[in-house]
Amino acid sequence: MATYSTNEFKGGLKIMLDGDPCAIIENEFVKPGKGQAFNRVKIRNLKTGRVIERTFKSGETVEAADVMDTDMQFLYSDGEFWHFMHPETYEQVAAGAAAVGDAAKWLKEQDMCGITLWNGEPISVTPPNFVLLKVVETDPGVRGDTSGGGGKPATLETGAVVRVPLFIDIGEVVKVDTRTGEYVGRAKD
Amino acid sequence: MSAGPRTEAADWRPGASLDTLRLRARMLTGMRAFFAARGVLEVETPVLAQAAVPDPAIEPLRTRYTGPGAADGRTLYLHTSPEPAMKRLLAAASGPVYQLARVFRDGEAGPRHNPEFSLLEWYRPGFDHHALMAEVEALVMMLLPGTAAARRFSYRELFLDLAGIDPFTATADELAGCARAAGLQPSAAVAAQARRGWLDLLLTHVVEPRLGAGLVFVYDYPADQAALARVRPGEPPLAERFELYLDGVELANGFHELTDAAEQRARFESDNARRRQAGLAPLPVDGRFLAALEAGLPACAGVALGFDRLVMAAAGLADIDAALAFSFRRV
Repeated sequence: MATYSTNEFKGGLKIMLDGDPCAIIENEFVKPGKGQAFNRVKIRNLKTGRVIERTFKSGETVEAADVMDTDMQFLYSDGEFWHFMHPETYEQVAAGAAAVGDAAKWLKEQDMCGITLWNGEPISVTPPNFVLLKVVETDPGVRGDTSGGGGKPATLETGAVVRVPLFIDIGEVVKVDTRTGEYVGRAKD
Repeated sequence: MSAGPRTEAADWRPGASLDTLRLRARMLTGMRAFFAARGVLEVETPVLAQAAVPDPAIEPLRTRYTGPGAADGRTLYLHTSPEPAMKRLLAAASGPVYQLARVFRDGEAGPRHNPEFSLLEWYRPGFDHHALMAEVEALVMMLLPGTAAARRFSYRELFLDLAGIDPFTATADELAGCARAAGLQPSAAVAAQARRGWLDLLLTHVVEPRLGAGLVFVYDYPADQAALARVRPGEPPLAERFELYLDGVELANGFHELTDAAEQRARFESDNARRRQAGLAPLPVDGRFLAALEAGLPACAGVALGFDRLVMAAAGLADIDAALAFSFRRV
């Protein structure tokens, strides 16, 4: 079992905490001149995304988490699992709803996504920063209005709802920033 | 912290700006003038020592000398503080002495810690810890113009006011409950620690952040945190020790000094016992230092002040790397 001592702590290091894989966000060395040294650490639980704080004794060791970030292609969802494939090895993994989380509404077949694997199992899915998705439902477009002011809600083919300008029509393909959930523009072609 | 060739090419430059280095130099001049005006003698003592203070919370760096007098080589320690050597001078009737010493501590690196740092240490025969606090305050107010006079609290008052718990009577479980109530999430190893570890945790994580702006002296510590301070008998007995904080950051530690050689020897032995318990190798005890105490250390108070942190405060720096020409990250 691989371990890390607090002396190896730094941002990004993956460790096991309370049975869950976690990533260190911030590590602070705290020591009174005449007393015990501590490492005060901010940690993200990679399964839940929650950020917690933990104080370790300096020199303490913790178990390393076998966590790997990889890029995989989204194949399809069968309603229970989202299936992804490594583009070179063709290896496939199936991610459950807990791992996919909010990313589900951006996932379009064949898009490349970031997958975090823990002991080979997907624990989180990051959609591409930008996705191109077809509008399946919105109020009729207002021709000639290119001001972009105001806007209206539009439902996209994956089920996501974003605000789009008034001139966008059903059937058009729009580009969306998945980090903010905001409309960026019309697809170029 | 290990730097590859690429980062070495990028970070050969000093961490401190030229303005900070000039400020540091002016502060050194001011500090020396302060002691000259008060008749305190500047001294220098060896960095290399045959023994080390066995405090389990302070780990010395080791080195090795081979040559005339030590054909097979001899382990030496880089001093963690010039305290033993300066007390030998005091026992030899030096009168008041000060030293700006470069000291070394293994395992201490971070935004407020550098493994080698400048410790300004001085001793005042005839002073108790309160008289020395007043002198420390005068020096710091001179070096940091515009700083208001210090507030003063006993260790007990501070814990009662800022953590809501009595550090002398609370059990380890009660201290743990206080830490958890303050939102701290201790690891299993931290949770397994005894009272003293919990007090260190509460001090650094709860009390220090609540000290507020400005200078604060904390005095009269639990007897088991006396280090090299004398303990005043009473219920409870109190270590005549003080710490100075500036904006919640520890700046200095001082003692009304222990002068009793037998008591000092017993504390070293108990420190080494705690080292063994913690899985650390015991350290050789300084026989010449104990001999000096037996010969007679005059009643005195002494203090060690982290000069680099004073520079950080004067220049408004959050990272010690910016207060030093070349911090450990640039060695």
